[in-house]
Amino acid sequence: MTVLALAEHRRGNIRPVSYETVTAGRGLADALDTELHLAVIGGEVSEFAEDLNRDGVDTIHAVAAGEEFNHDIYTQVIESLATDLDPRVVLMPNSVNGLDYAPAVASRLSLPLITDVVGFDAGDTMTAIREMYGSKVETTIEIDADRFCVTIRPNEWPAAEGAGDAEIEEPDVEVDESRVGSTVTGFEEVGGGDVDISDADVLVSVGRGIEEEENIELIEELADALGATLSSSRPIVDAGWLPKNRQVGQSGKVVTPDIYLAIGISGAVQHVAGMKGADTIVAINTDPNAPIFDLADYGIVDDLFEVVPELTAQFS
Amino acid sequence: MKVLVTVKEVAEAADDFELAEGALDIDERYLEYDLNEWDEYAVEEGVEIAEESEDVEVVSVTIGPERSEETIRMALAKGVDRAIRVWDDTLEGTAFLDVEARASILEAVVAEEEPDLVLTGVQAADDGFGATGVALADAIDFEWAAVVNDLDLDTGDGTAHVHRELEGGVEELTDVSLPVVLSIQTGINEPRYASLRGIRQAQSKEIAPYGLDDLGLDAETTESTLSLTSMYEPETESDATVFEGSPEEEADQLAELFGEMGVVEG
Repeated sequence: MTVLALAEHRRGNIRPVSYETVTAGRGLADALDTELHLAVIGGEVSEFAEDLNRDGVDTIHAVAAGEEFNHDIYTQVIESLATDLDPRVVLMPNSVNGLDYAPAVASRLSLPLITDVVGFDAGDTMTAIREMYGSKVETTIEIDADRFCVTIRPNEWPAAEGAGDAEIEEPDVEVDESRVGSTVTGFEEVGGGDVDISDADVLVSVGRGIEEEENIELIEELADALGATLSSSRPIVDAGWLPKNRQVGQSGKVVTPDIYLAIGISGAVQHVAGMKGADTIVAINTDPNAPIFDLADYGIVDDLFEVVPELTAQFS
Repeated sequence: MKVLVTVKEVAEAADDFELAEGALDIDERYLEYDLNEWDEYAVEEGVEIAEESEDVEVVSVTIGPERSEETIRMALAKGVDRAIRVWDDTLEGTAFLDVEARASILEAVVAEEEPDLVLTGVQAADDGFGATGVALADAIDFEWAAVVNDLDLDTGDGTAHVHRELEGGVEELTDVSLPVVLSIQTGINEPRYASLRGIRQAQSKEIAPYGLDDLGLDAETTESTLSLTSMYEPETESDATVFEGSPEEEADQLAELFGEMGVVEG
């Protein structure tokens, strides 16, 4: 019996969430009084295994199968490892790739699945904590099962740091190629162009609160008056009001300016992942409970349409 | 060709909400219902596929109470041909429908409809599980791709050429064999507004009601080892200095701060 955690890599590099699954997995393994096994699948697995050999891991399964992530291969390999190891928990990252294989793994193993977990409470019964309604509430989900699958939200657990002394195994896992119906043909960097928002010292960032495309102008004027660079949250780019290279967040750019002024941005977790490293965060939002205020150093709880023109006037 | 688009009516909570007393949800008075944002893009993608080729039928399926018909009607108004709504007393009495249960219900609908392509949203805005599409794909033995933000369907060689939106401004280019389940990311297209004509036409389109037993399922389908045991407002971690006063006064204080920080050149 084990906790089986999954590492993630892309284009030759281990992704940071892998070390967070180690920390979360160690916590669960301690609570369940069992070992933590970590699997890494595909690519330069021997090198990856050395990178992943952090404090808290008991055994690493480095499975050579393909180069980049492929959900059909991952699903088969994890199913095979789980059949051998009989894990109490299969712990996967709630990353874009995690979402592409975790539900299939749970389905193959006929285990319950809880996704996007932000905490565990291992009392008499195991409980997972997750958010709902766009982070407005937290919920607890009791797991009345001996075995289960979870995905954990990135950036919630600290990365495992110290060097470990895990046993590294390189098992041969046979992959049924007839069940591999998807092929990665390449990668594309998006969001290039004239401006690199990750270079800016001051970012004025606009979100859904701006309501209409023509109102973007208000924010542009402020950015101009401040000599700052304009950026945005995802909905503005989805709507086509600003180009992709202006998007801050998990799927856009990660920025670390001196000042980040978030206007009409609620602070969804995917956005926060892209700007939490800013030195000073200022938020203007009508909702005092908006998650952006959890991060902000300074805030104005008011209507942006009234505050922003006043602010622009101060610098014009 | 038949495209099945799974849709969900989701609730959005008002800024100032209260939890329902003794219940595991937000008080109904603070909830507003709408078609899930991700599903709007999935619906649009399905309708665009139908517009680009001959003989494509687009069918929507939802698991939801009668109230959700209004939302489903909007999908019909945007060009979906007909809809299926699965609901009955058992589902009504199920507090927490887990991923496996949702996938089982949709699996039964797929068996009935035999689509070539299934489109889902990446996740539902309310519970955000983000797992139904891929779980369904495995259950019905379709291929799949999650978090798709570009789709080029080649029915001739039976391949969907997709982009998957990864983290950090990188897209993965993947070829995946049909039949396939794709979970659709926002931004893949520009969802249309329903036209008046579309809204009128939607009134006469079919929303077929199904219960679990119509699909050869029973209460066992909804049983789960997972249960929602509590809901609460997270403790606020805010230690922000909040500027107060009129908008002008608030702006003054912020301007002063920016001045002190040396933001403005000249």
